[in-house]
Amino acid sequence: MALDMELEAVLRPPEIEMAPYPAKIVTLANGMRMVVREVQRDDVPVLLNAVRPTLKIERDYYDIVGARLYAELLGWYRYRVRNEYCIVGQIDGLLVGIVNGRMMNADIGISLHTLAIDRGLRIGSHLFASKMEHHIEYLNQKEVWITAESPIGFRRWMIEYGLEEQTNVQHELGGATSYLLTRDLYFASKPRLVVGDRPVPEDFMSVAEHEIIVADEDTINEKIAGTKGR
Amino acid sequence: MRDVAIIGAGIIPFGRRDEDTLMDMLAYASLNALDDAGMGDKGVDAVYVANMGAGILQHQTAVASALVDRLGLLPAAAESIENGPASGASALKNGFLAVASGFYDYVMVVGGEKMREVTGWRATDFVATMTHPEAEYPYGVTLPGMAGMFTRLYMEKYGITQEHLVAVAIKNQEMGALNPYAHVEMVITKEGIMDSPHAVVNNPMGADPLHLYDMCPVTDGAAALVICPLEMVKDKGKTPIHIAGFGQATDTHTLQERDDPTDLKAVTLASKQAFDRAKIKPSDIDVAELHDAFTILEIAESEHAGFFKKGEGGKAALEGKTRLGGKIPINTSGGLKARGHPVGATGVAQVVDIVYQLRHELNKDRQVKNAKYGFTLNFGGFGNNVLAFVFRRVQ
Repeated sequence: MALDMELEAVLRPPEIEMAPYPAKIVTLANGMRMVVREVQRDDVPVLLNAVRPTLKIERDYYDIVGARLYAELLGWYRYRVRNEYCIVGQIDGLLVGIVNGRMMNADIGISLHTLAIDRGLRIGSHLFASKMEHHIEYLNQKEVWITAESPIGFRRWMIEYGLEEQTNVQHELGGATSYLLTRDLYFASKPRLVVGDRPVPEDFMSVAEHEIIVADEDTINEKIAGTKGR
Repeated sequence: MRDVAIIGAGIIPFGRRDEDTLMDMLAYASLNALDDAGMGDKGVDAVYVANMGAGILQHQTAVASALVDRLGLLPAAAESIENGPASGASALKNGFLAVASGFYDYVMVVGGEKMREVTGWRATDFVATMTHPEAEYPYGVTLPGMAGMFTRLYMEKYGITQEHLVAVAIKNQEMGALNPYAHVEMVITKEGIMDSPHAVVNNPMGADPLHLYDMCPVTDGAAALVICPLEMVKDKGKTPIHIAGFGQATDTHTLQERDDPTDLKAVTLASKQAFDRAKIKPSDIDVAELHDAFTILEIAESEHAGFFKKGEGGKAALEGKTRLGGKIPINTSGGLKARGHPVGATGVAQVVDIVYQLRHELNKDRQVKNAKYGFTLNFGGFGNNVLAFVFRRVQ
């Protein structure tokens, strides 16, 4: 059925113009180099192929993170989420992680989800840091509201960044307790948590942009919920 | 006393085994060892099971009797052995003594631990229960914390640097990547964990001066051995491995009571006993599995066991003397660092890999050529209960 653009204009939330996130490259523990870059709305169908297998993975709350991320990305694709962005990590084009968030307003950012597809390389940490970098340094926001669905997330975000608990606020992810990253906290944490080189060398960038390669479902299952390396 | 031989070795892939219970893992490893020994329907006289934490982590005790029943080995004698992270070697020692003394002929020694059932914090706390209950634990001391302090002292005394530690980490993960039973099958690079400015995230500080990649992972796993008198070994079986010598020594419970906390006296004593009983020298050893729960321990143990002079272990690691093809290949299994450290299983798993080495069964990229003598060192507490073994390939 064709879109009724008149009705769409009513249903689509208004958007704030958002500054782009400049791509960077990170050297991982195994010496491989991960390109971290912002993707566009048109890339969402490919990303959903990577998220879909996680809906069935209970380990470490991947199912709930996957389900919510799936809905958020789909919502962004279909213009049902306001001011959303998505950043991915790619190694030789292969998608190894996804993070997303949105601007609640000009001052407050909402951290949505962090999904590491390849595990044991601190890809989630690098991507979460990139998300915070985006909110504070490029979107120039005053603060970011964060919650965690898994103990791993709690350790990575609340403990490692020393986030402040917000007693008077519910995070929009299910009304969970919200934690606050302020600009001061971000810049205090930056030297030990936020890394990456810019610009991305042309050869790396062209590979990443050429195609977002998604591993097959068995490989994703093994990488996330297998016996090894995690 | 009778000579004792290992006639069967079994292990399961180490890692995060959410689907298996502790008993499952112990049973799988046991069956692998019994098959390897060609035991068929023949039972064993006794089973010694090494486990440190089932009472805490699984709320289960008496795992040895449960295992014997599950495997259909009734009415074999069953004994659970708890000796901290040295439980595995303790179980082997007890099995060895039982066979050597003539009381039992066929004995199975099993070690296992299921640690990933709890969060990393709980697992660290569980391991810390071996620290002194009044002088250490209440003050928040953990094993990584102790290792960090030990490393700092070792750095000050012997000039060890992060580069030496990183050399151990890289070597052991390289070997782990070649070992199908290892938990961590990932090669790491010096650039990625030390030289690159990005290493600050990849390899964060854990317990100053130890970083993430200086520490073993928290792992589920099990391993098993079957032993019998050497004189009863059948001609047609796999190459028997003679338990040529063992040693065991203890040291003060707390580190601060030692005259020199960098002096691992129990390692020196246990190793010397093992070499003396085997009537060989450290230089005769072809391959060794040391207890590298932290990279510093591989360096320190390689010195205290007698492979290098004090203060030269780090340099030796950096120069590749402990790599495959080097003067004394250490932790060709990946060690605790990469194979993983399910505490009750470790001492047995070390021996399993030495058995494979001495039987010349490993792939070329991990096999020490013509290996005849092997050595294991299982380190309990922070060096307060140490067991060493020397093994010999029977020609």
